Amino acid sequence: MSAILEIRNLTKKFGGLTAVGDVSFDVREGGIVGLIGPNGAGKTTIFNLITGVYMPTSGSITFKGTSIVGLEPFRIADMGITRTFQNIRLFKNLTVFENVLTACHMNASYSFAEAILRLPSFRIQERKLVEKAENLLDIMGLKQYRDLVANNLPYGLQRRLEIVRALALNPSLLLLDEPAAGMNPDETEHLMQLIARIRTEFKLSVLVIEHHMDLIMGICEHIVVLNFGQKIAEGTAEEVSRSPQVIEAYLGTTEAADA
Amino acid sequence: MDWTYIQGILMLAGINLIAVLGLSLLTGFTGLFSFGHAGFMAIGAYVGAWISASPNSTPAGLGLPFFLAIIGGGLAAGIVSYFIGRISLNLKGDYFCIATLGFGEAIRLIFNNVNLFGGARGWPGVPARSTFPVILVADVIAVLFLANLVRSRHGRNMIAVREEELAAQIAGINVFKYKMISLIISAIYAGVAGVFFAHYMTFIQPKMFSLTKSTELTIIVIFGGLGSISGSVLGAVVLTALPEILRAFEIWRLVFYGAAVILIMVSRPKGLMGGMELTPGGIRKAIAERNALREAKKTLLAESGNGQED
Repeated sequence: MSAILEIRNLTKKFGGLTAVGDVSFDVREGGIVGLIGPNGAGKTTIFNLITGVYMPTSGSITFKGTSIVGLEPFRIADMGITRTFQNIRLFKNLTVFENVLTACHMNASYSFAEAILRLPSFRIQERKLVEKAENLLDIMGLKQYRDLVANNLPYGLQRRLEIVRALALNPSLLLLDEPAAGMNPDETEHLMQLIARIRTEFKLSVLVIEHHMDLIMGICEHIVVLNFGQKIAEGTAEEVSRSPQVIEAYLGTTEAADA
Repeated sequence: MDWTYIQGILMLAGINLIAVLGLSLLTGFTGLFSFGHAGFMAIGAYVGAWISASPNSTPAGLGLPFFLAIIGGGLAAGIVSYFIGRISLNLKGDYFCIATLGFGEAIRLIFNNVNLFGGARGWPGVPARSTFPVILVADVIAVLFLANLVRSRHGRNMIAVREEELAAQIAGINVFKYKMISLIISAIYAGVAGVFFAHYMTFIQPKMFSLTKSTELTIIVIFGGLGSISGSVLGAVVLTALPEILRAFEIWRLVFYGAAVILIMVSRPKGLMGGMELTPGGIRKAIAERNALREAKKTLLAESGNGQED
């Protein structure tokens, strides 16, 4: 299968600091790719570059064959890339249902005038939006929390709601930024199953940043390892975990360990 | 108290309400604070007065019907707000607020120094066209218009911008566009309120549209509760009537006004309505939210209880 996302020689410099240096990798259509590396390796910066929050210093990002460098974040979202955040960014004071309903907005096209005059086109489209939001909550198991204000959700469910909100945009590429952060092994296990399930159900490709190695090793078909903004290894879980550079990045060199 | 007096206060409250509703969209629903809306009111008032004042008055007007003054005043404020927005809407949070403050004062000073519109001496002889029924109808239209806007995908997008700007961007919402539309609509509201104000007072002067007026509008929006239309309505009526009710205190009037506002804000930190709407749907929603919280607490407690038994 072809690559849905191609990253070539991607570089981002903040003044003298090279946060991401000359990184290239692909996300295969329908694949789950893991992005790992120690803290400060540039993983979230890569997400910010893909979603248009930052402009790359150089390099190219191609999504479904078109370059998305320089596009505004909302346009990139429109094209089908969406993400979750490391520090959860829900619409905190809105209910679970409203969070998802808001994100469904791209499935409607009525204008301001149609909304203000409550024309039939508004009513029909609005009904569809509500249906879609209800449906998403239902299949993602958040229906019983429909009217709960997002801020009052338990932490694990807030992460799940963020994923549901992302799915409401009908994405073809989902970026997950440390989805298992702060979760216990049991919750992490559930999350793994969830990611695998939505990949098939919503026909998605997934790029995931994570520190939980069980999650990465368990579901990622392909893993990219970063350290200090450079790609140091790439391959299957087995290949990566045998790579001397990866072992060095995570555990230090033998000399350092001896000292 | 006779009916004319009460009616006078209600008319002033109704005029304030139009401006407050606009500001409510910008501040309460889109999350942008403005201290320049008196500037938009001034533009509406002066353009409206110019359209409807008789050609024989000084300064001379066009002598056109009142409804054209309303449209003209609203449009003028809206157009000016577009250019202000182009320059200032990329500023973050407080910086946008400061920019609007500067703009509001600039508008007032322009009217103060340009003699074409009467300068600091003001513009007497604006026809008294703001009658009680007209203001009432305008208020009803203004509320319906805003309520329908807020309860649509466009309104939800604005609320998303208020709640979490970056997440809104990532959810495919054109944040700049929605901020701009919100600003323009709120400026049109303020402009229309200015037209009604000019035709109620029959005399306008730049110092009526000072920073104090902008602040008063913002206070009413916060007092009523951010993100609540019924809160804005209640706030406009209460805070316009309050200084009149306090007239018995004579020179201490405004001290008591300030004390009353502080007292209510301390006892209800989220404003009178606190984001809730006083409509059947709004009350249902508030009850559903409360029940959901109770349910969630129950299930979570049960779950953690089971966990301990393991």
